[in-house]
Amino acid sequence: MLAQLLITSLVFGSIYALMALAMSITYKASEIPNFAQGEMAMISTYVTFVALSSFGMNFTLAILLTVAFAFVLGILLEFAFLRRAKDPTPLSYIVITIGFQLMLYGLAGWKWGSDQRQINLPFSESKVLYQTDSFAITELNLVTILIAVIVLILIYLLIQKTKLGLAMKACQQNVNAARMNGIPSDRILAISFGISSIVGATAGVLVAPLITLDPTMMWDPLLKGFAAAVLGGMKSLYGVVIGGFLLGIVENLFGFYISIEFKSVVAFLIIVIVLYFRPSGLFDKHYVRKV
Amino acid sequence: MARKILEVNNIETYYDHVRALHGVSFDIEEGSITTILGNNGAGKTTTLNTIMGLLDDQPDKGGITFDGKHIGRKDTEYIVSLGIGYVPEGREVFDELTVKENLLVGAYLRKDRKNISADIQRMFGYFPVLEERISQQAGTLSGGEQQMLAIARALMNRPRLLIMDEPSLGLSPALVKLIFGIIPSIRDAGVTVLLVEQNANMALKTADFGYIMENGRFVHSGRSADLMEDEDVKEFYLGIKMEESVKGEQRYKRKRRWG
Repeated sequence: MLAQLLITSLVFGSIYALMALAMSITYKASEIPNFAQGEMAMISTYVTFVALSSFGMNFTLAILLTVAFAFVLGILLEFAFLRRAKDPTPLSYIVITIGFQLMLYGLAGWKWGSDQRQINLPFSESKVLYQTDSFAITELNLVTILIAVIVLILIYLLIQKTKLGLAMKACQQNVNAARMNGIPSDRILAISFGISSIVGATAGVLVAPLITLDPTMMWDPLLKGFAAAVLGGMKSLYGVVIGGFLLGIVENLFGFYISIEFKSVVAFLIIVIVLYFRPSGLFDKHYVRKV
Repeated sequence: MARKILEVNNIETYYDHVRALHGVSFDIEEGSITTILGNNGAGKTTTLNTIMGLLDDQPDKGGITFDGKHIGRKDTEYIVSLGIGYVPEGREVFDELTVKENLLVGAYLRKDRKNISADIQRMFGYFPVLEERISQQAGTLSGGEQQMLAIARALMNRPRLLIMDEPSLGLSPALVKLIFGIIPSIRDAGVTVLLVEQNANMALKTADFGYIMENGRFVHSGRSADLMEDEDVKEFYLGIKMEESVKGEQRYKRKRRWG
């Protein structure tokens, strides 16, 4: 049974890790916790759904469309809303992201209603790839974990090995110094929001077949992703990913061995405990800036 | 007369409703080392930030021309791309990036990728200690090393004008000497230098021209050799006492003829 639990943990851990990474990318870039992340992913998932079901596109094309849409949506949030804020404080940024979240939620409710829909990915939940007495891996499980890992690796390569990644890191650490070296900081920030939105959309598309597609579908993954990010340390990209998988494991073990009713509460319990003992998270280096 | 690479014409800069620069004008000859001297709060850094476009919607009045192009109120990125390198006050290296990554950020605008590693080697020629620290995080470097890194980073873009804001700040005399020793070789490599300093002695010895700033305006200027001989400069900036007797000084405070 433990093996089966671990597989489920990894599947949900992947989703949480992706959501946590999405939040962390923008948080590192701008110190803005983007509460619209979940709804942005939800809308992007609807784009996949519409492309597949209404327009009958093939899967690859639908995914490419979704990635492009998510990227533009992220840039829209930064360019049209956050950048326009006059004399912004962190609080006003948070309110803007919550406003954007409600806009997207309203939009989805108006366009698609609150019906629960089934998204048809070409990976089946009923097709078992490998089975023993104690556990089974379905095609969907494997694909979810694989795609999550691929996205995580791509983001790692982007940040560590490319010029864009270097510019992102430079802007995160010292925006003025980045500008003094000719980095267009506004554009880099917008691109960071676009990339984070793609990562979030990946989580949305992967979680949709596990739950059902409706406008509230990302509430739970968003909050769990946020908890995972706090657990790992919002500013450490490795930390939040590990935090995501840890949360998946803890939550599922707790749900099975202790109490299924309180399974969802674990995430928030973790936030409270982490904030109490290690406010900067488990993996964040506590870097004190010299004055 | 040499060509003017930077011309600053009567600029006024405001912080909200407070005017910080009251009409500042100066120009820099191509291939020279020019220094701006002044005490804390004189407006030196404000002048530089205005030139670099780091203050929104400033200068309020006046114009800045670099190499014949207007750069007043332009984006910092654009100004840097024209060929101005900036070494900010307090160094502002990227703490969590390695020395090498810092230098690569400096080369962000470079299109000729294959020459970049040669230029990094050239920087190590100026500052050998950076080579030893190449994969260390910049935040772990000493103040002097960070200053060297900030200068090297600004040079990575191959600027034609290098602006340095108080490179001697918080450094030991030996390090100040080392850094000022590099400045002439930077100029000899074809980079015009604008040096803003409080350390008047070192700055005037290094520079060809000097400007003296007080309360947001220039009060004196000239060739640095002449400035070093000027009695007011000697007393108020170089700290050389002119009065023979202590008595005379106690009775009245010597007045500067400018300002």
